[in-house]
Amino acid sequence: MGLKSKLHQFKEKNRDKKWLPAFSAIHTFLFLPNETTHGGTHIKVADDLKRTMNTVIMAMLPCLIFGMFNAGYQHHLALGEIQAVTQGFFSPEFWTMDNFMVGFWKILPLVIVSYGVGLGIEFIFAIIKGHEVEEGYLVTGMLVPLIVPIDIPLWMLAVAVVFGVVIGKEVFGGTGMNILNPALTIRAFLFFAYPTWMSGDKVWVHGAKERANQIATGENLDAISGETILGSLAQNSKEMVDSATDIWNAFYGFIPGSVGETSAILILLGGLFLIFTKIGSWRIMLSSVLGAIAMGLIFNGVVDTGIVGESSKFYGLMSTTWWHHLLIGGFAFGIVFMATDPVTASQTNKGKWIYGFLVGFISIMIRVFNPAYPEGVMLAILLMNVFAPTIDHYVVRGNVKKRMKRLKVKTA
Amino acid sequence: MSNDIRIKKGLDIKLKGEAEKTIEQAIISNYCTIRPEDFHGIIPKLIAKEGTQIKAGEVLFYDKSNELIKFVSPVSGKVIEVVRGPKRRIDAIKIESDKSLDYHDFGKLDANSAAAEAIKAHLLASGCWPFIKQRPYDVIANPNKLPKAIFISGYASAPLAADLDFTLQGKEAELQAAITALSKLTDGKIHVSVGKTSSSPLAGLSGITLHKVSGPHPSGNVGTQINKINPINKGEIVWTVNPQDLVIIGELFLTGKFNAERLVALVGSSIEKPRYFKTLIGSEVSTMVYDKGISKDTNARIISGNVLTGKQVQPDGALDYYSNIISVIPEGDDYDFFGWNKPIFDKVSTSRALTFSWLSPNKKYDLNTNTNGEHRAFVVTGSYEEVFPLDMYPLQILKACMYKDLDEMEALGMYEVAPEDFALTEFVCVSKQPHQKIIREGLDLMLKEIG
Repeated sequence: MGLKSKLHQFKEKNRDKKWLPAFSAIHTFLFLPNETTHGGTHIKVADDLKRTMNTVIMAMLPCLIFGMFNAGYQHHLALGEIQAVTQGFFSPEFWTMDNFMVGFWKILPLVIVSYGVGLGIEFIFAIIKGHEVEEGYLVTGMLVPLIVPIDIPLWMLAVAVVFGVVIGKEVFGGTGMNILNPALTIRAFLFFAYPTWMSGDKVWVHGAKERANQIATGENLDAISGETILGSLAQNSKEMVDSATDIWNAFYGFIPGSVGETSAILILLGGLFLIFTKIGSWRIMLSSVLGAIAMGLIFNGVVDTGIVGESSKFYGLMSTTWWHHLLIGGFAFGIVFMATDPVTASQTNKGKWIYGFLVGFISIMIRVFNPAYPEGVMLAILLMNVFAPTIDHYVVRGNVKKRMKRLKVKTA
Repeated sequence: MSNDIRIKKGLDIKLKGEAEKTIEQAIISNYCTIRPEDFHGIIPKLIAKEGTQIKAGEVLFYDKSNELIKFVSPVSGKVIEVVRGPKRRIDAIKIESDKSLDYHDFGKLDANSAAAEAIKAHLLASGCWPFIKQRPYDVIANPNKLPKAIFISGYASAPLAADLDFTLQGKEAELQAAITALSKLTDGKIHVSVGKTSSSPLAGLSGITLHKVSGPHPSGNVGTQINKINPINKGEIVWTVNPQDLVIIGELFLTGKFNAERLVALVGSSIEKPRYFKTLIGSEVSTMVYDKGISKDTNARIISGNVLTGKQVQPDGALDYYSNIISVIPEGDDYDFFGWNKPIFDKVSTSRALTFSWLSPNKKYDLNTNTNGEHRAFVVTGSYEEVFPLDMYPLQILKACMYKDLDEMEALGMYEVAPEDFALTEFVCVSKQPHQKIIREGLDLMLKEIG
């Protein structure tokens, strides 16, 4: 008797048990269920939600692996143990086992805590409410480790995940019903609850915070800085994006930042994969880029007129060349993997254009004007998540009006 | 102005087991079964009690809410069983056929010269009225209301659909008689659509407005054509008739008989030799599916109708009242190891998420009845719109049906749709939601509350 029939018998025997959803979640993970259609169409497409979510995870995996290398690279670089890369994306200094292992041991626990806590809550809610475990968290659980600073304490992550999943999703009814993107809810919670851990120039490189603490206790060590490009731009120290090398580094991702958000090229590839598989919305991605470019050009134009001088505290970010904005910070990651979340984005095709454009536009606006935290994409997406139903409402009203007009022409 | 309809959004699901264009006389069925559930919203009031001897065309039951609408027997013989469900609901009426087809004579009626009232009465008395359906609500037409137009789709785009050009061959006289009769019952036009390259006998009829249709399924759905030609507004009614039923209506006018003969395509990957059968409405499917079809112990599903909108029937079940196709496909009641993430080459998909049906658009598939995943809340957006050519928002209208907001349903276009219009969105639904059921329940609610 094979595994297949054993599991089947086990399921049949325990049909009425309350914990069956927990078993089913694992069972359906191993085997596509034997369920057949009844009523309605007798055949169905090959895709289900698991496949959809899995495709998104596949698109993110390169970012995760790159993040592991980059964590080690930034750590060693900051400690002065290695030289900066010189030979483009495939520089041997970057792709070393040593770099990878540092990152691997830092990031794997983040992944485990994120999935462990989040899926644990999903299982509990599924059992209490008597529905199947839904797959939404598979993507959220992968997103979360990629959008936090590397040295974040695990308990903090666990608390945030509990908040994000329960308040951000389950209270609304679970996957498909939430208003805000759960991964960003988790990140926003972290950001507002533990601001010192989520910003500043000490949290982006593994070891920097620890080193700072050691210095504070009187040890004689050199401080290491892990300032992000955005951070330095916000403080008008512009040297970080002066040379072409810096731009290439930002494009490749050899820069400090949240775990998986740095490599624009891998995010771009992930985005193209999502567009090709038709899982991610190209409308949202494209219009977000257009929105960001529009805002970037406006700021560049304002700087060109001379209204905002070099003494202004906004000068650094405002004068950033418009297309550099697309490469730095979490913008690319946000629009590819989080703005496109179908549940919280606009649901109509026309609405997606408006929604995406505003996400991009507001991202750059917040990025420039937010004094506390120079990244706008998280807040921009959350803000537009809230407005997405309103956008859809007006798009759908357009269709309704057309119908009303048709009726009026007839009856007139 | 061109009357052509070109559909871009949609999906042709190409399946194995298309019917070969040969016609075989099906074995004469011992029993004929009429199931009131084929007539949505009808409450049957039985006339032919168990044991009654009846002729073909004699009344079995009528509709309780409109006694004029009568339902007649396709065969002559004896009513042997009235199968009842809970609360004595009539599930089926089983007639033992005497195999002689002794017709009740309703008398010929020249549709050209007859008055509208006479035609209507003739259709009602003879049991031909139920072939006329109406929208809104996708139910049997209300004889007391005047339709603004009548739509007939002579183009079948559904998977493995019977080729109407083939099945209607040589029926020009009947079709013309039916069209002439129906044209008296509306102030508007009779819109008939045929495939762009077809040689349909429908194209040559007089008194119609002809439309040439091209594009993927659901271009052949009458709902799609209504939406493109003359969409239904609030307060308006249109009628729809299936072309194969026009033949029966036409024959009534020409001969005075209710001849429920129908050409039925037996299709599907489980069938050894898919082909056409000449049979009667209500005939047992077993008279067709076993000869060069399936063997008795095959794990296959027999569907009266096409694979998207048809009804599952048991091997001892019967052809339903409106179908001109019997599809037989394998059941999919087995597990598939890591079926949710391994690359898929042998199933249809509209995405490219490790599904490779986009590589070979002309390949024919052998799909089974597996749901390929479990029921979930709506998550993915934008996929329905790709296969939904009607000018409305499918996801929003489905949700409006689910939260039972009558105003919203009306505003979003509920008067224009029938469950079959949502068959493709149901097929592509990643969350495996029962779209057709949601729409049917929504329509029923509107019918009950608004009427």
